[in-house]
Amino acid sequence: MTVVAFWALAGLSILSALLCITRHSPVSAALWLVATLFGVAGMFLVLDAQFLAAIQIIVYAGAIMVLFLFVIMLLNLGRGGPSDLRGWPGRILAGVIALGLGGELWALRGLFQTAAYRLPEGTMAQANAEMGVVDLVAETLFREYLVPFEITSVLLLAAAVGAVVLAKRKV
Amino acid sequence: MLLGPALAVSAILFSIGVAGVLMRRNVIVIFMAVEIMLNAVNITFVALAQQLGPEGQVIVFFVMAVAAAEAAVGLAIILAVFRHQQSVNLRDINLLRG
Repeated sequence: MTVVAFWALAGLSILSALLCITRHSPVSAALWLVATLFGVAGMFLVLDAQFLAAIQIIVYAGAIMVLFLFVIMLLNLGRGGPSDLRGWPGRILAGVIALGLGGELWALRGLFQTAAYRLPEGTMAQANAEMGVVDLVAETLFREYLVPFEITSVLLLAAAVGAVVLAKRKV
Repeated sequence: MLLGPALAVSAILFSIGVAGVLMRRNVIVIFMAVEIMLNAVNITFVALAQQLGPEGQVIVFFVMAVAAAEAAVGLAIILAVFRHQQSVNLRDINLLRG
């Protein structure tokens, strides 16, 4: 059951990612990207990361995509106009490079699956059931990764201030 | 159980993102392809977190935070450049050429 769900979601996200990078109009590219993000959120669910699935939908499909669509509408790029895809030599080169990289990653995929430091099957699902989905992440985040977490807040503040300054007409 | 398939899907999505960055000239679509790549990496982290403990899920949080910051600043830069050039096509964006 979970395996079937996983492959269905994987197919959905790969297909919509392909459509996202090949559509002419930026708006349809953005909407296909939303479909990809939902597929990835579903895969998070299957992989025992329920909280991250919720965050993925709220932050990515909600906030970031609204930002993208806002900019597209603000710049009035919805009509598409002439295609912005590169010519055939560029496309073929891009395909070859991407296939090469994909092949490399595919080959590396089995390399680090050593059984020695793996948790027993179903440990995360059991921990989720015992501690709760949010607790498990929060324990790690606010104990071992507290300083990075605080630094992230500074980063977000800097990004917000920087975005306002950059987008203003006159500084 | 699903570690191998998840890593494979992540590899495919990452290559699609790379192809998108190389193929398009519209800066906004290139940004979207970068988001696809970030998501591919997130799948890897979550799949490995299922095997190695919850640290991987915490890293995904940081990746999302950085992605949000990147999107905000990047789109602001696009707005500023568009005001200069009236275009989001990479061919027209050559402000730094000497």
